[in-house]
Amino acid sequence: MDIQMNSIEVKDLTKQFGSFTAVDKVSFTVKQGEIFGFLGANGAGKSTTIRMLIGILEPTSGDALVGGYSIMKQPDKVKTQIGYMSQKFSLYNDLTVEENIRFFAGVYGLTGKKYEERKKWVLKVANLEGKEKLLTNSLPGGIKQRLALGTAVIHEPKIVFLDEPTSGVDPVSRRNFWDLINDLSAGGTTVLVTTHYLDEAEFCNDIILINAGRLIAQGNAKALKTNYIKNTILEIESDRVVDSMGILEKEDWVGETSIFGNSIHIILNDNAKGEADVRDILTTKNSINVHRVDKIVPTLEDVFIHLLEKDKTNVS
Amino acid sequence: MKTIYEFIIKELLQFKRDKKMRAVVFMAPILQLILLGYAANMDVDIVHTAIFDQDKTATSREFIKNFEESGYFAIDYYASSYEDATELIDMGKTIVVIVIPKDFEKNLNRRETVSVQTLFEGSDGNTSSIALGYIQGITNRFSKKIVTETRDKYGVNLALSGSLTPEVRVWYNPEMKTRNYMVPGIMGVILMITTLSLMSMAVVREREIGTLEQLIVTPIKSYQLILGKLIPFTMIGFIVLVIVMLIMTQWFGIVVRGNPLFLLFTALLFVLSNLGLGLFISTVSKTQQQAMMASVFAVMMPMIYLSGFAFPIENMPKVVQYITHLLPLKYFITILRGIVLKGIGFSALWVETLILFGMGAGILIISSLRFSKKVE
Repeated sequence: MDIQMNSIEVKDLTKQFGSFTAVDKVSFTVKQGEIFGFLGANGAGKSTTIRMLIGILEPTSGDALVGGYSIMKQPDKVKTQIGYMSQKFSLYNDLTVEENIRFFAGVYGLTGKKYEERKKWVLKVANLEGKEKLLTNSLPGGIKQRLALGTAVIHEPKIVFLDEPTSGVDPVSRRNFWDLINDLSAGGTTVLVTTHYLDEAEFCNDIILINAGRLIAQGNAKALKTNYIKNTILEIESDRVVDSMGILEKEDWVGETSIFGNSIHIILNDNAKGEADVRDILTTKNSINVHRVDKIVPTLEDVFIHLLEKDKTNVS
Repeated sequence: MKTIYEFIIKELLQFKRDKKMRAVVFMAPILQLILLGYAANMDVDIVHTAIFDQDKTATSREFIKNFEESGYFAIDYYASSYEDATELIDMGKTIVVIVIPKDFEKNLNRRETVSVQTLFEGSDGNTSSIALGYIQGITNRFSKKIVTETRDKYGVNLALSGSLTPEVRVWYNPEMKTRNYMVPGIMGVILMITTLSLMSMAVVREREIGTLEQLIVTPIKSYQLILGKLIPFTMIGFIVLVIVMLIMTQWFGIVVRGNPLFLLFTALLFVLSNLGLGLFISTVSKTQQQAMMASVFAVMMPMIYLSGFAFPIENMPKVVQYITHLLPLKYFITILRGIVLKGIGFSALWVETLILFGMGAGILIISSLRFSKKVE
């Protein structure tokens, strides 16, 4: 048996809908047991990519190995390796908790002792012990989400795909849900998760960012922050945030600007510039009171806004 | 096998919890059958009649008495003028006005030919023509009686040659009741509606809520998925069929003259084509509404109008008659009427049975292939 260190290997995967290219020659690899974050705006091609990897959509060209099997040549084998949970809640609302577990266990061919054992596990992770007879419809959102994940991995797949699993779930439930993802990963399961919550991306071992169907960045959170933004980022707090941004934008040495609450982040085109220059323009020339100017480590959001802006200019 | 079994359990549980669907599937057929069993009645029992007697003699009254005694006519009004008579018809109070001319008795006694005028409200052609038949019959009998009496009285031999009276015997439906003819057909229509809508809705609903996607990702084979839906819906369809048969025999007193087991067997063949059509609809519909519309307008309506359930196929234009050959319901209704009313079996109905089987298998295979292709 060969040692399969890569759980997923995607090569030049492309999907066209008519003349529209939803996914354009995307390649990446996911290592076994890692949490792999898949980021991008709505409509960037995240779901389309996942749907090709799990065998719901047929790629136009390219291929991928999932758990060692080709999605083009051995789609049936792929299905035995994976679990999937979509952004839509994918259990039967009109069945009870136990009936849902039993049905999906049946579909995966779990019987006898193994079934009992896995049922217990699912009930435990969803915090539903003793509540097997409840109708799924009556469960709160966060619990439903955990039950859905539990049943999606009831057959202990090597790889699990989560397509925006936490959309519409409150922060506490989101946190609990991520604990569950970490547990799965610790147990050796590879997790590929799409999200647009950037704080969630920080939990991922590896991240890729796609925009308009193309892969524009990859690496872990730390690498992304250091590799993709070499320029200095300043955080500025002033009296008139919007005006300040308008004024700074006009300067040559200021790159992208963005507002974060009551402060502005600016990326410098010229690293020689700094706090003195900002104060000079805002306070001296425009008499805006500046409270503070700090050099900061970029957040993932800075990185992504920077990359997306850069990509936009590249495309046009 | 285990997968299919779990699937069937799941479908039945969902059906059990879906109050609306349960009501539609079980209550609707019972109501439909009882309502249609009474409403789909083209028999003419009572003809509401008015008499405009311009003669007012013993003979005219005797003539009228013949109508009263026939049991088919209710003489509700006596008109005193043509305006009166016209108004009665216009107001919809009577369907027929019989106008007896002045000098009715006098002219008869003079051995002259007398005409009696009948006015019809002809908007319901069926009732009018049946009433017309009754009136002609009564009038004929009356005139024959006058001729005989005249001969006896005066010893005059009028040209009365021996007449020929047909003795009619009606087979299969001796009381000539429309209901006996309609109810077995309704049974077929109800079975179609139930199984077709269950199937088309069930698959589309899974697509709508996203569970179909979840199923596609599992190693489940599409034949397992299809069987997992076919079997429970066939079971439900059969429960409905048995209920409908019980109502037909117990409530309406229509006896199944043929073999009920053969009836159930052909029903199974018929269900195959419906489930196949339902599956097909589910592959072309995105939402449950679309599936419902497609089921009603593309399948149910043509089947009900063209299968011979409502209108006789012989009366349709040739082109339309060819189209009816494509409808499974046509064959099933022929079989149903054959078994229930005529008591015939496979030896007389083998052609229809084979066609029904061929269609069911064909439609189901094509739909399954289409479904599998869409899934994979």
